[in-house]
Amino acid sequence: MTTTSSTADPPRLEVSGLTVTFGGLTALTDVSFSVADGETVALIGPNGAGKTTVFNAVCGLVRARHGRVRVDGRPAPSSATGLVGAGISRTLQGLGLFDRLTVLENVLVPLTGVCPSPGPDVARETLDALGLDAVAGVPAGTLPYPERKRVALARALVTRPRLLLLDEPAGGLGPADIDRLAGTVRDVAGAGCSVLLVEHHVDFVAEVADRVVVLDFGHVIACGTPEEVRRDPAVEEAYLGVPAGVSTSSTSGGALVEPVETSDAGESA
Amino acid sequence: MERLVFLLSTGLARGAVLALFALSLVIVYRAARVVNFAQAALAVVPVYVAVAVTAATGSYWLGLACALTAGALLGAVVERGLMRRVPQDNPLAGIIVAIGLVMVLQAGLAIAFGPDHRPVHAPFSQRPLTVGGVALMSPYDLFVLLVAAVVMGALAWLFGRTSLGLRMRAAAFAPETSRLLGVRVPRMVTLGWTLSIATAALAALLLVPTGLGLDPHAADVLFVNAFAAAVIGGLDSPVGALAAGLSVGVLASLVTGYASAAAAPPAVLALLTVVLLVRPHGLFAAREARTA
Repeated sequence: MTTTSSTADPPRLEVSGLTVTFGGLTALTDVSFSVADGETVALIGPNGAGKTTVFNAVCGLVRARHGRVRVDGRPAPSSATGLVGAGISRTLQGLGLFDRLTVLENVLVPLTGVCPSPGPDVARETLDALGLDAVAGVPAGTLPYPERKRVALARALVTRPRLLLLDEPAGGLGPADIDRLAGTVRDVAGAGCSVLLVEHHVDFVAEVADRVVVLDFGHVIACGTPEEVRRDPAVEEAYLGVPAGVSTSSTSGGALVEPVETSDAGESA
Repeated sequence: MERLVFLLSTGLARGAVLALFALSLVIVYRAARVVNFAQAALAVVPVYVAVAVTAATGSYWLGLACALTAGALLGAVVERGLMRRVPQDNPLAGIIVAIGLVMVLQAGLAIAFGPDHRPVHAPFSQRPLTVGGVALMSPYDLFVLLVAAVVMGALAWLFGRTSLGLRMRAAAFAPETSRLLGVRVPRMVTLGWTLSIATAALAALLLVPTGLGLDPHAADVLFVNAFAAAVIGGLDSPVGALAAGLSVGVLASLVTGYASAAAAPPAVLALLTVVLLVRPHGLFAAREARTA
């Protein structure tokens, strides 16, 4: 199932025919989708569907057996250290903060790879925008979880990426923090940054995503607007294990099922 | 009282050398998560370079500069040529390779320069200064303290105030995450080894004029005491290395002065044992372990 950008320019992110194997296990099979400039696409699917493997393939952490990943028409970086230079930022499911470094230092780390380095002013602006200016000098490990998630987001945004990969950004957050996060994601996309996110919180996905790509056992089984995907019988079957066409009233309230996802590969603590 | 003041002041100078060497162990541990048992042998090689340069040119300072350069190069070569190829999944592998390196280096130095002590002259007098009738540290001890303070200040500035230091700290705490943020982690590990061996070489060079002189084993006791200090301070803590190095130096000086030189090593080991019983990760160790 392939979707493409409507613009003449190459899409910001283009994944075509991506197949990834780990030994004898095929994690992704012929996965294709794209993300246009300023578009927000959500990658959803049940536990073990291969969502994080897609992220890892985009980040150069796993090698594709077949297919390709292109960013702005060019091959995606083959190693993780090239991500910042290619305009790509990623948050991690486990946050991956440097707990002993201050919040400001955490946000400065990705800027050290940018030449010439924009310096601390840009980092402080980003912290201000996310309401973290008051804790800039505090060790990141001492903050409560919602603030730690914002630090991770600030660290991803500080390089002004063209493609932002968010791995379960709403996980563990309360309603107020999710609303705030949704506003931030909309602002980022509105400024032209393309966003690809993995998320289980379907209300959040419905609020921020222009399109949703559904993975199951490494295959793309559905793609469309959140509403289209929500009504797709194949998606109901993948999530609920019921045959297509059988009514599932639990899907009508804005949430399908929220299975617990474990990291596929490459997750950092 | 005069005796106590003298022992404290000379103990501080010895402790500064210990702190420098302990700091070198902490730097390489933070960079590569290796307890480098080859640190003493690696530190002595540049001292031979310094002695040779000083003998050839008559300049202690040129010898000092060459020792630092040789230490930095040696650290980079050992990391790139040897330690990087050691399997990372088992920490024992790195320790065994380091012990093998000790044997090769010390045997090689003994073959090349002989096993005997070579006298190494200090650039300043080692006769204690007297203030108000009380003997204090010597001009050389003051020089040692000054050099140690400058180097520690420079390292604190590097790690705490520069972009390079931030990258090194990030790579040490979470290498995989650092890669995603554009940090070239292998380069940071090489730099850690470079700084570590240069610092260890400086500590060894400062030590040898106060002992029997230079031989392939000249830094062995320094390594043992500095390793104890690094563990007491917390193997991951530069501040701990500094505080524990100074404390161990003063303790050894006091025990040597009031008891005997033979009682100093057991006293250091007793301190190490007590600290490990009370705080197994060291006095200044951070609570959290390194993350991916």
